[in-house]
Amino acid sequence: MKSVGQREPNVIPGFGITLGFTTFFLCAIVLIPLAALVLKAGGMEWERFIGVITSDRAVASYRLSFGASLVAAGVNMVFGFAIAWTLVRYDFPGRKIIDAIIDMPFALPTAVSGIALTTVFAGNGWIGQYLEPMGIKVAYTWIGITVALTLIGMPFVVRTVQPAIQEVQRDLEDAAETLGAGRFYVFRRIIVPTVLPALLTGFTLAFARAVGEYGSVIFIAGNMPMKTEITPLLIVIRLEEFDYAGAAALGVVMLSISFVMLLAINLLQVWGRKRMMVSR
Amino acid sequence: MAGPSSYSEIAAELATRPGHANLGSALVRWLLITVSLVFLGALLAAPLFAVFAMALEKGWDAYFQSFGDPDTQAAIRLTLTTAAIVVPLNTVFGITAAWCIAKFEFRGKSFLITLIDLPLAVSPVVSGLIYVLLFGLNGWFGAWLQENEISIVYALPGIILATMFVTFPYVARELIPLMEQLGNDEEEAAITLGAGGWFTFFRVTLPRIRWGLVYGVILCNARAMGEFGAVSVVSGNIRGLTTTMPLHIEILYNEYNFVGAFAVASMLSILAVITLIIKTLVERSGYRRR
Repeated sequence: MKSVGQREPNVIPGFGITLGFTTFFLCAIVLIPLAALVLKAGGMEWERFIGVITSDRAVASYRLSFGASLVAAGVNMVFGFAIAWTLVRYDFPGRKIIDAIIDMPFALPTAVSGIALTTVFAGNGWIGQYLEPMGIKVAYTWIGITVALTLIGMPFVVRTVQPAIQEVQRDLEDAAETLGAGRFYVFRRIIVPTVLPALLTGFTLAFARAVGEYGSVIFIAGNMPMKTEITPLLIVIRLEEFDYAGAAALGVVMLSISFVMLLAINLLQVWGRKRMMVSR
Repeated sequence: MAGPSSYSEIAAELATRPGHANLGSALVRWLLITVSLVFLGALLAAPLFAVFAMALEKGWDAYFQSFGDPDTQAAIRLTLTTAAIVVPLNTVFGITAAWCIAKFEFRGKSFLITLIDLPLAVSPVVSGLIYVLLFGLNGWFGAWLQENEISIVYALPGIILATMFVTFPYVARELIPLMEQLGNDEEEAAITLGAGGWFTFFRVTLPRIRWGLVYGVILCNARAMGEFGAVSVVSGNIRGLTTTMPLHIEILYNEYNFVGAFAVASMLSILAVITLIIKTLVERSGYRRR
């Protein structure tokens, strides 16, 4: 971090030109196109706009996108914590390799994970063949969508929680145990409070990513209207019908969700930083 | 480590450590490691192996033959072209943005950082949609573009724009915290001693940020080559013309050409593995994400 007060005049050159270039590029690639989306939807009649975004098919798609993303982020919160804990606290053969492949979903194209997951979880797939006799159909159902969203959200939780677990003061844990505290008590009173902000941030990051996800989902989803059709897919369908306004209206809904998520993430990070300062 | 000397002291020390204390914590440890490995195995390892198993299902000959398909070759070329244009542009942007944000104080700085990060929060489909709304047939500039016979959507420029949007923050968000932490002292010294701006950048700043730069660039490249949603919306999926590798995978997969689809997927998987290896090497060199 930089020092708070401004020091003597900055001798480093290039402020005007770099700021100008950054702003220009940002406007050209990001801001003007996003504004075009809002304007396009804003140009619709209000009734029509509401009609599009509250149609049965749209509402069913929100329910699916939100529901599956929530479940996926929740699953990631539990398993992400377990993985992060395992990686920070335990040493076992292959730990470094496991640590490296956590980022796989960041590097692996979503279309590849989509077709690969579908293959693995289909009725005759490596894992699907054991689940299907138990009555659990994964591919082409909402469970499959959740599996795909879990995959792409996983590194967000692990990578946010890992540093927080490193922050847990082990001398506190040791002291508590020496004083006779049980393992669960230590977990609840020392570990959870330290890790909680990071855990919630990771949850929100995973959820935000999952809500908008497209590539890894459409292969495993089955894409049945009203049943297994996520909101991003509905936007694509509207576009293919050349219903630009309809697509823009749904796009604005997605964009608003993104902004809310971004705000939530920022607030969570501020809260986490404050807690960190208090505990020191 | 200046620690306990006698055996009993060591034993007492170990007994107070969570994870070493007793049977219960050994059980927790064993359970957590198993759960983590099973979860990652099912979600990460199994799909990755499945890609190669499916690609090689009909043997190596069929695998290599699938790359003889001219449409597949065109898809590979298009992906390489897109990455070759997008990655350098976003690298230049990332360096420029990091320079102005990390080296200077000005109002609205944190707002600017938020705006740069914005594409990460936007759904890939929306990232493509915005360019269709601007440049598509019914879009703002659609009629004008058609009169002048310029195609952006359903052509290379649209694919490049959509890819630039989704990979926009990758280099910048890596460099900004790094350069803020490194501070201005060395650059100020160089400038005060009479070095020019470019000289200072190449000889003083660049060597110190190189690992962060490599990190940002490889992640940017992986996303640029692998982007599906945004590119799918703007490309129009014209086979052999506007299909990048991920889009070509979709076409082949939907045609039940599984060997072909997974063969292309295997190339992208190898790219992902190489990306992770470089990333791990960069981290070994002492670079830490901030």
